[in-house]
Amino acid sequence: MLKLTGKNLSFYLLLMPLLLTLGLLIVLPQLDMLGVSLRERISYGEYKFSFLHYTEFFTEPLYWNTFLRTAVMSIMATLLTLLIAFPIAWYIAKVAQGKNKKLLFLACLIPFWVSELVRTYGWMILLRESGIISGFLQWSGLSSGPVELLYNDITVMTGLIYASMLFMVVPLVSTLEGMDDSLVEAAYDLGASTFTVIRSIILPYAMPGVISGCIVVFMLTLGNYLTPTLLGGKHSLWFTEQIFTQFITRFNWEQGAAFGVLLLTLSSLLVWTGLKLSGQSFKQAVAS
Amino acid sequence: MIPSIPQSQAFKKTYSVYVGLFFLFLLAPLIVVAVFSLNDSLFPSLPWEGFTLDWYFEDSKERRGLFHDRAIVDSIGTSLVIAVCVAVMSISVAVSNALLFERYHFRGKSVLYSLMLLPLVIPGVILGISILSFSSGIANNLEDNYGMDLELLRPGFLLIVLGQFAFISTMATLVISARLRKFDIQLEEAALNLGASRFDVFRTITLPWLKPAIMGSAIVAFLMSFENFNTTLILAGSDSPLTITLFDRMREGSTPVLNAVSTLLMLGSGALALFSLFVQRKKEQ
Amino acid sequence: MSVTPDLECRGINKSFGQFQAVNDVSFSIPAGSFFSILGPSGCGKTSLLRMLAGFSEPDSGEILIKGKSVKGIPPNKRPVNMVFQHLALFPMMNVGDNIAYGLKRRKVSAQEQQRRVADVLERIGLPGIEKKSIDQLSGGQKQRVAIARCLILEPALLLLDEPLGALDLKLREQMKIELKTLQQTFGTTFVYITHDQSEAMVMSDQVAVMNHGRFEQVGSPQTLYYQPETPFVAGFVGNNNRLSGQVIKTAKDFIQVSTESGHIFHTSSSSILETNTAVEMFLRPEAIHIDRDSDKSWQNTMKGRIDNILFDGGNSQLLVRDTASPTQMTVALPQTGKYQKLRQGEIIKLGWNAEQSIAFKAG
Repeated sequence: MLKLTGKNLSFYLLLMPLLLTLGLLIVLPQLDMLGVSLRERISYGEYKFSFLHYTEFFTEPLYWNTFLRTAVMSIMATLLTLLIAFPIAWYIAKVAQGKNKKLLFLACLIPFWVSELVRTYGWMILLRESGIISGFLQWSGLSSGPVELLYNDITVMTGLIYASMLFMVVPLVSTLEGMDDSLVEAAYDLGASTFTVIRSIILPYAMPGVISGCIVVFMLTLGNYLTPTLLGGKHSLWFTEQIFTQFITRFNWEQGAAFGVLLLTLSSLLVWTGLKLSGQSFKQAVAS
Repeated sequence: MIPSIPQSQAFKKTYSVYVGLFFLFLLAPLIVVAVFSLNDSLFPSLPWEGFTLDWYFEDSKERRGLFHDRAIVDSIGTSLVIAVCVAVMSISVAVSNALLFERYHFRGKSVLYSLMLLPLVIPGVILGISILSFSSGIANNLEDNYGMDLELLRPGFLLIVLGQFAFISTMATLVISARLRKFDIQLEEAALNLGASRFDVFRTITLPWLKPAIMGSAIVAFLMSFENFNTTLILAGSDSPLTITLFDRMREGSTPVLNAVSTLLMLGSGALALFSLFVQRKKEQ
Repeated sequence: MSVTPDLECRGINKSFGQFQAVNDVSFSIPAGSFFSILGPSGCGKTSLLRMLAGFSEPDSGEILIKGKSVKGIPPNKRPVNMVFQHLALFPMMNVGDNIAYGLKRRKVSAQEQQRRVADVLERIGLPGIEKKSIDQLSGGQKQRVAIARCLILEPALLLLDEPLGALDLKLREQMKIELKTLQQTFGTTFVYITHDQSEAMVMSDQVAVMNHGRFEQVGSPQTLYYQPETPFVAGFVGNNNRLSGQVIKTAKDFIQVSTESGHIFHTSSSSILETNTAVEMFLRPEAIHIDRDSDKSWQNTMKGRIDNILFDGGNSQLLVRDTASPTQMTVALPQTGKYQKLRQGEIIKLGWNAEQSIAFKAG
């Protein structure tokens, strides 16, 4: 390190923006949210400490049903995304060559460059009663009347998987590209079957990419609002919708904040479990 | 499997078909959106009534193209201003953060680094409500105790910018740090050794080195801001940015104007994507 | 010496925590010479060089450049330039801008910059490559550009931090000669650090051998080779066979040593040694004669069986195992044709005179 005059000054000058950003936009707001969730409004401007909004959550079946449903569907969406994305990532990293490979990779990035809103809108046009697929089915005679494909769980799941695909493919491709082909060749040479190669060579090698992909996808799915709202309609029962409803529609900030804390706890817990099971650190998984 | 391992023809074919279907799945919604912005019909659906550009340029009572739709044009403007602010702020802070994390060793560095990563895993809706509740708390306090009415701290422009900045700056920090990590510190020492002042060193050596990462992450930051929905939804006030305006329209029911706006967005992002690819290619040369 | 030396160091010390990197180092370098600091990695040579450049300050001691103390002067104000280990050529600038970088900082006019860059490129034998980008250059060209970038500023001292380390063997051999020539044409004082003894020996006027933060010996390459003052120098400079033993007899010019392998050898010694002192004896492979027909007489002889012939052209060697003990000796194998018929397993006689080996007090 260079030892020059003013070194300390520049250190504090660099530290300041970070501390201000973290303090004012992350730490204090999160603590504030926790504080708000733990108070009960008595009258205008008067509050007392209470767990009311947490007991409310556990006694109202709609709330915790939505909560569980969101968690389970997010996990399912993550696993399905992994399952669909892995062969694609493998294809891009190992099978496709040269220009083709670049082109395919770029194509995977497209959903990132296009707004989530536009993508979801595309699905709506495709799937709704007066939509393209329904029209196609009627035109081809496969169906006698309009078919409503929106507003069911499968559609929501499709939308969620679609929205997360990129965040799974990219880390997988970059991990798999780092793998030396000769590992696979050596395993075959030593007499392994395709299945054994996948299980004992490729999967362990790809694990870091799998974990970071899964974590990012899970977080994004859990916090998704657009897809369940637009594709699932009024009865999609997604937890972020509950938060939004409490905060914006009902103006019950205390309840909304409690939901926020619960969602954050859930996601931290699941991510932590995932990291523990795989023996990776948070930094490795997120920063890659 | 890798090409050097022999595979049956059937397997290869199935694999190719799978990959083809995947990309169809990926692109179908986007193609549909673009195509039906050109359909000469009041609804973005079949049947195909012929080609038209009305949904972009027409200005009549029945068909108001996007360029004549005041609300949409205004919200595009709002989004642009927000995105530029967010990009500029994020990049400035990110360069500072990168220098701090890559060049200094201090107590609590690891904790700060983890905190810095946190916004990436906090769902956008929660980031939004926490900032909203925090700033409203301050605003209420000021109003009750000092009679000040700080409109700035209510949902609207400033809060959207801050909310987006909170996580976009983390992304930019990661990108710029990665580039700085590859920087050979000897280059700075060499410049000092050749008589450059510390400011000169930063201006002539470090900054030019970071430039590709700065350009790249500025583009991505701009785009992330422009397209952000979750955080923005909570923090938006009366002059809503494009995504919020579109969302409201979508819930009312769709018209081909929405397709036209979406197509415009895709074209804009596509142009930016090409530009950033161009920047990257220059970096590699 | 009446002229002020270009560099003088007095009692330099530098520690990093518990670790003393540089320990009471003093030396001076006359103007216009090529001075090398030779030592294994971790010996403190890089720390010393960085103090000269101003990237760190000594804990105690004084550095004088052209007779003036440089204490507290930051690196960008010192009349010293450095060629870095990985050269540190600026990848975002072309050759011309790299070389002109220092001049620009001195606010030299653009015209003057251009003239001087062209001039220095001429002198390093690469005229007209100003507009080339750095990655278009070959390894050797990069070396020369990095040196030109410093020499254009006419520094009092040019510091070189193992700049040849990254080159492949052939190019390294060639660059050794070029560096020496460059130093002679520019007449600038070079301070060169390296762990490669051959680099130091070929190029330098003076070499300092450094170990554990201390200078073991400073001298010309010949002195270091023929009259090493410490066992470390004897072991580090050139190759050596190392034999342990005990002094059994002292005489005016040489001593007699009884080795652990059971031989009695005559040898010179670095200092006056008492009988019964434990010693280590160093004997260069190239000082040993191979005798097939024992018609010549040597002060010391040894019979051995050829374990292995390590053929490497001009650097070929024999590994010879003593017939009476497990001691193995390395012996240079001159390629004069005389020894072409040597075969593995053959018993040969080795011979050398007392003045060709040197004994140091052990420990």
